[in-house]
Amino acid sequence: MSALRTSRPARCAQYAALLAYLVFLAFPFLWLVSTAFKPAPELASLHPTWIPENPTLANFRQAFDEQPLLRAAGNSLVAAVAAAVIAVAVATPLAYVTARHRGRLASAATGWVVISQAFPFVLVIIPLFLILKNLHLVNSVFGLVLVYVVWSLPFALWMLMGYVRAVPAELEEAAAVDGAGRLRTLVSVTAPLLVPGIVATALFAFVTAWNEFFFALVLLKTPEKQTLPVVLTHFLGAEGVADLGPLAAAAFLATLPSLVVFGFLQRRITGGMLAGAVKS
Amino acid sequence: MRRRILTLAAALALLVTGCTAGNDAPGDGVVRLRFQSLAWQKESVDVNRQLVKEWNATHPDVRIEYVQGSWDSVHDQLLTSFEGGEAPDIIHDASDDLADFAYGGDLADLRPLLPERLRADIPARSWETTTFGEGIYGVPFLQEPRVIIANRKILESSGVRLPTPEEPWTWTEFRQITQDLTRTMGSGRYAVAWPLKEPVSVSLNLGLSAGGQLFHREADGRVTVRFTEADAVVAGTIHDQVVTDRTAPRTTLGSGGSDTLPGFFAGRYAMVPLGFAYRQQIAQQAPKGFEWMVLPAPAGDAGLTQGVSPQTLSIAEDSPHKKEAAAFLDFFLRPENMVRLARGDWMLPTGTTALADPSLHTARDGWATGAAVAERLRPAPAQSVRGYPEWKDKVATPAFQEYYSGAIDGAELRRRLVADGNRVLARYQRK
Repeated sequence: MSALRTSRPARCAQYAALLAYLVFLAFPFLWLVSTAFKPAPELASLHPTWIPENPTLANFRQAFDEQPLLRAAGNSLVAAVAAAVIAVAVATPLAYVTARHRGRLASAATGWVVISQAFPFVLVIIPLFLILKNLHLVNSVFGLVLVYVVWSLPFALWMLMGYVRAVPAELEEAAAVDGAGRLRTLVSVTAPLLVPGIVATALFAFVTAWNEFFFALVLLKTPEKQTLPVVLTHFLGAEGVADLGPLAAAAFLATLPSLVVFGFLQRRITGGMLAGAVKS
Repeated sequence: MRRRILTLAAALALLVTGCTAGNDAPGDGVVRLRFQSLAWQKESVDVNRQLVKEWNATHPDVRIEYVQGSWDSVHDQLLTSFEGGEAPDIIHDASDDLADFAYGGDLADLRPLLPERLRADIPARSWETTTFGEGIYGVPFLQEPRVIIANRKILESSGVRLPTPEEPWTWTEFRQITQDLTRTMGSGRYAVAWPLKEPVSVSLNLGLSAGGQLFHREADGRVTVRFTEADAVVAGTIHDQVVTDRTAPRTTLGSGGSDTLPGFFAGRYAMVPLGFAYRQQIAQQAPKGFEWMVLPAPAGDAGLTQGVSPQTLSIAEDSPHKKEAAAFLDFFLRPENMVRLARGDWMLPTGTTALADPSLHTARDGWATGAAVAERLRPAPAQSVRGYPEWKDKVATPAFQEYYSGAIDGAELRRRLVADGNRVLARYQRK
């Protein structure tokens, strides 16, 4: 027990480091929020303030007036939710088999997962584009979803394999001893314990697809199908010039779904992780 | 639970497939063309959309679909689209981005497609910016010179001579004036702020005013880099202002134009050399009562000459309806429409008829100053030289950055641009 005790200065240093890390993480977001509510003259102030002196919603109005943000958000939502659901549906059984049945095939599959993470997207984009074109899936949200699933699948698989390994095989053996069949064991014993992992993986796939820009830019040709990250670039001009106020307002709104989804699912992740940890 | 999963799956399938319907043209005999525009500011987008609307209203058999692209990603997007045979029919870009696509056969040669009116209305010097080999691969239609945006109160109260397009400052005079101004402005304030995030284009384009060329085509057709006394005038002035005279701050050397505006509005800098279109940002963001003026860039032995890379409109080689696309360009770039586009983007039209429009010669917002230097605009040096992008990124950008910050001297700058630069170019010019 004494090993867990830390001295007061050490604890202060830990909290200070944690606070510094939180500030580091929060800084861009807080700056974004602050910018979104500032009128144009304040954006060009030599001494910018954190809290807008004359807060305004004009940037939000302008962003909605100039770009179809709601339609783009709808497209992003469909693509991200579909990609997350399909990625998890494919990765979960695959992860279970790869983690539980170790053999040459499983090792090869694991190796391939690691290697596939090494390909930069600029390398795959043109072949991918040609494949999708032959399948008549260019300019289609379904084609984009397929790409997102393929893109997030290796990491999703990697994540889920870790969660599967963390579930003791003895639990499944105990269920078998009690007379449960394999399917019953999977559904009633293993699956509930994997829920936190599945939720975390789905979250990862959702956020990856929600924020993805380049595939959406290249694959979707018509304005009606463009996703939010693509539409956000319409506030950018040449040589880094930007319509900063509306861009910040739109970007702030674009981050909200990720925050909401994460906030909602976070309880389930930690709740699932802690379930059964303490004997009551 | 199972029912909920099935319901979710069905809903997703419906959503995804519902959004999947392709855009194959219905067999109604109507030609449909995609026009990807990079206009991004409200005024400019409104003009573009309005022109497309006017065309569609009068041409029911050729429909234009307006698609908004982004300057930030246009090159990669076009590269992929060309490879996949899915590029837009009509493409908005800039002349310095066309070389790869023109030489790669992705863009249509416009010579047989464009009407004589348009060919004759745009001067030869502008057509040069989109001519690669024998062909013309884009219509240059908007351009922006680099000008000096100045704080009127500071300049007028200092008593310095204000330059005009007829009597501009020389580069020597400009340096002297920045020394005088900085002395009167007080500590922590500077006569000029150079935003040099893109130091190569600024140095090369303004360098033409002193007769600098840097890139020279030899008798055998090869291009080599030579750094002459003329090339050293503009670069040397900027270096001396930052390093020797301290009349320009070191801190803005890595900044974009927008980043210098807060300091400009606060009176920390009296002048900022910027692209002509930045006037729109200044007009929108300047605090109440702030007075600004547009001055021509300093002149050298070649007068007010400077390099530009105009915005262009091209037609994809793969487009099955090039003739119709060219007809749209003819409509889109009629003189009266070119004026609307120029005003929307706060830039100058290339067409001589459009440029003569009185609305582009008013003193308000400095239009007259820009219009006066328009005839001195020339193709940006080296934009058609193969290997230029690599030379720029790997050799010239770090060399100019280090030179302007005082980390290297003129001799080292010359050595890097010439010796290192020619090694890069040689790789692209092997026969």
